[in-house]
Amino acid sequence: MARTAQTSRVTAPAPALAAQLARYAGLKDRLAGAGLPWLRDLREAAAQALAANGLPTPRTEAWRFTNLRPLHDLSFAEPVALVGSEAERAALALLPALGRWRAVLVDGRFRADLSELDGLPEGLAVQPLASALHAGAAGLDGLLGTLARPDQEPMAALNTALMEDGVIVRVAPGVKVAERLEVVSIASAPAERAIAFHPRLLVTLGADASLILVDTALGAGAAAYLNNPVAEVDLAPGASLDHVRVQDEGPAALHLATVYARVAERARYESFTLSLGARLARNEVHVTLAGADGDCSVHGAYLAHGQRHIDNTSIIRHAAPACRSRQVYKGVLKDQSHGVFQGKIEVDQIAQKTDGYQMNQAILLSPEAEVNSKPQLEIYADDVKCSHGATVGELDEAQLFYLRSRGVPAEEARAILVQAFFGDALEQVPDEGLREALSALIAGWWEREGGAG
Amino acid sequence: MLEIKGLKAKVEGKEILHGIDLAVPAGEVHAIMGPNGSGKSTLGYVLAGREGYEVTDGQALFKGRDILALEPEERAAAGLFLAFQYPVELPGVTNATFLKSALNAVRKARGEGELDAMQFLKRVRGIMKSLGMAEDMLKRGVNVGFSGGEKKRNEILQMAVLEPRLAVLDETDSGLDIDAMRIVADGVNALRGPGRAMLVITHYQRLLDYIVPDRVHVLMGGRIVRSGGPELARELEQKGYGSLPAAA
Repeated sequence: MARTAQTSRVTAPAPALAAQLARYAGLKDRLAGAGLPWLRDLREAAAQALAANGLPTPRTEAWRFTNLRPLHDLSFAEPVALVGSEAERAALALLPALGRWRAVLVDGRFRADLSELDGLPEGLAVQPLASALHAGAAGLDGLLGTLARPDQEPMAALNTALMEDGVIVRVAPGVKVAERLEVVSIASAPAERAIAFHPRLLVTLGADASLILVDTALGAGAAAYLNNPVAEVDLAPGASLDHVRVQDEGPAALHLATVYARVAERARYESFTLSLGARLARNEVHVTLAGADGDCSVHGAYLAHGQRHIDNTSIIRHAAPACRSRQVYKGVLKDQSHGVFQGKIEVDQIAQKTDGYQMNQAILLSPEAEVNSKPQLEIYADDVKCSHGATVGELDEAQLFYLRSRGVPAEEARAILVQAFFGDALEQVPDEGLREALSALIAGWWEREGGAG
Repeated sequence: MLEIKGLKAKVEGKEILHGIDLAVPAGEVHAIMGPNGSGKSTLGYVLAGREGYEVTDGQALFKGRDILALEPEERAAAGLFLAFQYPVELPGVTNATFLKSALNAVRKARGEGELDAMQFLKRVRGIMKSLGMAEDMLKRGVNVGFSGGEKKRNEILQMAVLEPRLAVLDETDSGLDIDAMRIVADGVNALRGPGRAMLVITHYQRLLDYIVPDRVHVLMGGRIVRSGGPELARELEQKGYGSLPAAA
């Protein structure tokens, strides 16, 4: 009897997975671009991969430290049809302008009324994904879905099966965009039901093009929802992208983001992710250094309190010689919060003269806070320089006492030391205005959540 | 100004100070001398309120009020300053941020208005100049990459900016060459005055050639074993601590 029960548990899809697959089955003929054979195939293959692999569980090696139970426990509904709501406008109004242009998604759908895309310079194209698909998706076949790996990553499979909208950003060869572009994703977070959305961001830079992209995700309400974005970033030879991401989702949100970047020779991908929000967040980044002399850094800072969980996972593959990669994550964890860092550097046999470095530093402000660090090196070339490290500790008692002995109250002394701790991570952000904005967000978090107790 | 009565303190469960009695009147500079391990630095940390330094008995009255129950920042606001033997490095915190946060916190606690960036700079610049400190030191991380002499000067800068009523200088001469010591001593002497008292903790007599104390106390084995005038320091220099009876 027991054996039968066990067998049936393995073969029947878990309720959450079954619900997602049922959504796909019900929606697949109505999703944007449903009439495009290549896109149907892409979605179908993703749905099959998801059905075969299931949603991640703690038994999945890549998800060992991050339990997606809230995803399994919640039942999600479609976002409702679009009516402008005051909550989104209010959330948007609170957001400092971090770019000259702004594309806004609400619940994963592009909103022209909230976006500001006038006066884009020649060579920079910003387009909503759904309207591009409705219009026949010229040029998207062979671009959309070429980097994401639904067969490997279940959340990317879910996104691929159900993606309806998102933003396409293209920079023409040789065009260096002088001002910043923002993509803002807002969750309306309706209280009556948990919604799920799966936006797709597609960024392609032509040879020697450059762009600073600020990619923000936030929640306008306190209710639970799932934001499951996937970004595909393709950089041609000599291109340069600064990808600054801010995750400030609502307090009950699940934010499960996956970024895939391919970096051609002499190209440069620099990402910095500041994670402040969400009940459970995973920031998973896959970078392939595909051409010689490429550069990537995947940096981040995270702050968590209460029962929150923040997972930063990055996999850097050196598939060409003489490339450099850097991963530096810094986190502050309070109360019973939980941080995860998984950093992997893979060096192919061909990738001689690789220079790789990764570091995770965390400060635990309470004895119940926890961090898991899992650095991994997988090296098949013989002439490489790779190093990694991790430190976990409390705020330094001697430093705190030094500040307090000069009259600085304990709370302020802690705030100063936390700002200083993040300071050298922020140094990695190349743009001074953005550095200041990120620093202000960290200071704001500390004012709201950092106090004792 | 400062009156210590029967002060006993433990560190990691072990009693280090076995009952200190000491009075430093306003306007005076007292020196505490003693060999290594006699409890000199412990006395400084106990007065400043460092965690892990447990007072088991006695009082430390500062301007008539027992400060031993106060938080370190409250002691600083009341006018106590400890110049550290080993100044702490604060990577990522600039000297300017550090000094300004300290000064404004202390001013606020004292009911004085906070200084803006311009007022602050004006005040700090003059002091830095007199201490022979380059202005770019304000932009550097606190004590990060500083030489021993720079760190000690930085302590004196903080003291001059915060204008304490009672300054405890813990081995401020250690690691200094003669030129640096003269600059540090000048900085200290500039702050001597009728409204201020100082306690200069040192192992060697040489600092006391530059900062001439009104009284000298010898701390050995966690007790004051002898007190006298400035001549006591010279006597110790000649005869060594071995000439004194070890504390029982």
